[in-house]
Amino acid sequence: MTLLGQFALWSALLLGIWVMAVAFLPAWRARPDAQATVSRSCYAIAIALWVAAVSLWKSLFIHDFNVEYVASYTSRNLPDYYLFSAFWAGQKGSLLFWVLVLATFAAIAQATTSRRYRDLLPAVGGVTSAVIVFFLSVMLFSGSGNPFERLSFTPADGQGLNPQLQNPGMVIHPPMLYLGYISITIPFAFAIAALVTRRVDVGWVVAIRRWTLLSWLFLSVGITLGMWWAYVELGWGGYWAWDPVENASLLPWLTMTAFLHSVMIQEKRGMLKRWNLGLVVASFLLSIFGTFITRSGVIASVHSFTQSNIGYFFVAFLLLAGTISFALLYLRWPDLAPEGQLDSLASREAAFLFNNLILVGIAFSVLWGTLFPILSEAVRGTKITVGPPFFNQVNVPLGLALLALTGIGPLIAWRQTSVANLGRQFVFPLAVGLGVAILLLVLGMRDGYALMALGLGGFVAGTVSQEFFRGARARQRIHGEAVWLALARLVSRNRRRYGGYIVHTAILVYFVGFSGMAFVVTKETTLRVGEKVEIKSPFGHTYTLTHLGVSQYDALNRRVSAASLELYRDGRRVGVIASEKRQHVDSFGKPTFQPSTEVGIRSDLREDLYLVYAGSVDGTERSTFRITINPLVWWVWAGGVLLVLGGLITMWPSGWVPPSPVPARRSSREPEAVEVAVVA
Amino acid sequence: MNRRDLLLGTIGAFATTQAARQDTSQAVGAADPLRDPTVAGMRRAVVAPLDNDEAIKTIERRLKCTCGCNLDIFTCRTTDFTCTVSPALHREVVALYEDGKTADQIVDAFVAEHGEAILLKPRAEGFNVLGYVLPGVLVFLTAATIGFVLLRRHRARVLATVPAAVPAAGTGVALSPEERDRLDQALAELES
Repeated sequence: MTLLGQFALWSALLLGIWVMAVAFLPAWRARPDAQATVSRSCYAIAIALWVAAVSLWKSLFIHDFNVEYVASYTSRNLPDYYLFSAFWAGQKGSLLFWVLVLATFAAIAQATTSRRYRDLLPAVGGVTSAVIVFFLSVMLFSGSGNPFERLSFTPADGQGLNPQLQNPGMVIHPPMLYLGYISITIPFAFAIAALVTRRVDVGWVVAIRRWTLLSWLFLSVGITLGMWWAYVELGWGGYWAWDPVENASLLPWLTMTAFLHSVMIQEKRGMLKRWNLGLVVASFLLSIFGTFITRSGVIASVHSFTQSNIGYFFVAFLLLAGTISFALLYLRWPDLAPEGQLDSLASREAAFLFNNLILVGIAFSVLWGTLFPILSEAVRGTKITVGPPFFNQVNVPLGLALLALTGIGPLIAWRQTSVANLGRQFVFPLAVGLGVAILLLVLGMRDGYALMALGLGGFVAGTVSQEFFRGARARQRIHGEAVWLALARLVSRNRRRYGGYIVHTAILVYFVGFSGMAFVVTKETTLRVGEKVEIKSPFGHTYTLTHLGVSQYDALNRRVSAASLELYRDGRRVGVIASEKRQHVDSFGKPTFQPSTEVGIRSDLREDLYLVYAGSVDGTERSTFRITINPLVWWVWAGGVLLVLGGLITMWPSGWVPPSPVPARRSSREPEAVEVAVVA
Repeated sequence: MNRRDLLLGTIGAFATTQAARQDTSQAVGAADPLRDPTVAGMRRAVVAPLDNDEAIKTIERRLKCTCGCNLDIFTCRTTDFTCTVSPALHREVVALYEDGKTADQIVDAFVAEHGEAILLKPRAEGFNVLGYVLPGVLVFLTAATIGFVLLRRHRARVLATVPAAVPAAGTGVALSPEERDRLDQALAELES
């Protein structure tokens, strides 16, 4: 199978070079069959890479330990679903996964792009193929990227998968993040195609609308799943540590979020064309930068793959791609002149512009903080560390400003808003926000940032509910619909707008969750069997935990020591909570990694009780535990679910609309009617 | 052994087992040895009162563990139970704390021993100031520039539209009520 895999990789490389030549050599590009050639070659690249991928998966499943990658990341006793996810557990496999997904997306883009934008497709194919050729070159020529390399001997068993990767989250989280990173290449390819072909009107923006949303959605899901994995697997009790690789995933998400907002101004007013192209290019470069950070070893991170020389390849590619992209942008600068002007500070365009500024500002500050240690060492010759306290200090105020703009934007009309209209729109949301802040103050909350986050959360909630209420009321007035039907039709007929509001709600729910981290309570304790410990939560509950004992047993590929504690809240029994130490072993019973820890979590709307079995004292059941109360963590995961829901609504294709009792001619004008009613 | 002895022996053995099990489940402070301590991770020390001291935790959250984990000392010692560095650094912090050193003195001692890289938040002095202020300053300056440009553009537009709405002196063209309202509004905006 490895021979077939190698052959497939080389075939894809040659096909990629062929597509680049057809797409970019002027003599070939002008041929009438160029577009069809590029499309078919893109399909062939995708097929070749699927052959390579299936070859690797087969090697993993048949335990072909003569393949270095299989021996390094699997063992005979590894469950099947982790054999499947071992594909992207190591550097070489993840590079193949990257190029596989990109080739698949490139083929889908060729197949599904509307006829109206077909003239962009050769250049789109050329750009996607250039990126594919780069990744394949890294795999085939760097000496540390080919997953089909064979060993000179065949070990009896593999080294197994890192225990921290043996978590259901790791089956989904990396692919989601990769899908997000990789799918940015498609909007980037359309942007470059628009610049190359000088078709810089609104067409390319419309052509990539779904791709940008898809990419943003995958990134959002990937980041949230990563937070969940860190929370349940790493055992430190938090979900975001400002680790360089976490930061790298956040950077393109921020610029894509900015693009999703500013692109509306280009669609509606023909403005910010240069800015939007810059954002798409920046998002792509940041996604490659994220990959560089993970693989180069230039910045220490818990996520890093084994250090290798491929960092140089990525630096060269980043420089090349950045230079070509911005040079093209410069060359087409006169073609990208705005068709309109911003009229007023009190306009939705201005709100979007400030929202873009804050998002890009946060992206810059995260990038700045991530790279500042390198800069400091270069300038001063002194190594420094930029950790979570720095990022919190710099980014929390910017994050709060962004939350405020999330609530302000929808309240302001396009072009210009009168003072009287501003007053009408802001009264209710401001009252809700102030009400929440005052209530929390009265209840005894004194943390300034948490108060602001929750108060602004109230403001955003007020804005969103007011928008839904007014829209539904307008439908009720015009069509006499019941409230739920009016809401359903409001959302289904204005998916982009109301899906966006659901995403705004998700962001506020995230912030509610984040604010809980200001009130974390932690306690370490050593307990003999039968002994109790008490811990008070910020919500005033008293948790009592009684050590029941430590049981030891063998599972499929590990030896487990599980400590169980009986849990009471305010004297009422809640249940038993357990945390484990796992010693993973190979199929001969030999330990493969250091013992890992599985945490015990008892979660509800208000707070999580987070139990970590640190280890045993003197080899007895007397054990040491870390107990943490993490308030409002549930809200972070709820925010993730809501965000996916809003994103799906926004990008859902038009088609099904709830049946309307009114005549078709009238219903075709409904969106405008509702829009006018809401803005008025 | 007859059937009676067998029955009594079985009942006795069962009762003894039950009693022993009851003893185990009810004994507070039992510390039975684990079947295989080697698979339960590194042996832990009994938690001392200062391990939970908030002042100690606060100091440790300012200092990075030097094991390469990128975590602070407190998080590392209570998360990575294979790490031998963070417990040692914790003992150093506790020792200095027990000597009566203040938080800043303890942090200074660590910086003197391990270099500036041990601080999770670099000191806001010299070149580091740039790290703290640059993002905020850039955002502020850009926002101020956008605001300034928009305000100027707005004023210029109002100035350009006002004369067009007012008839030339002496033409004798009367303003309609709507035109008068628009003029008043434009003038009010100009003055504000």
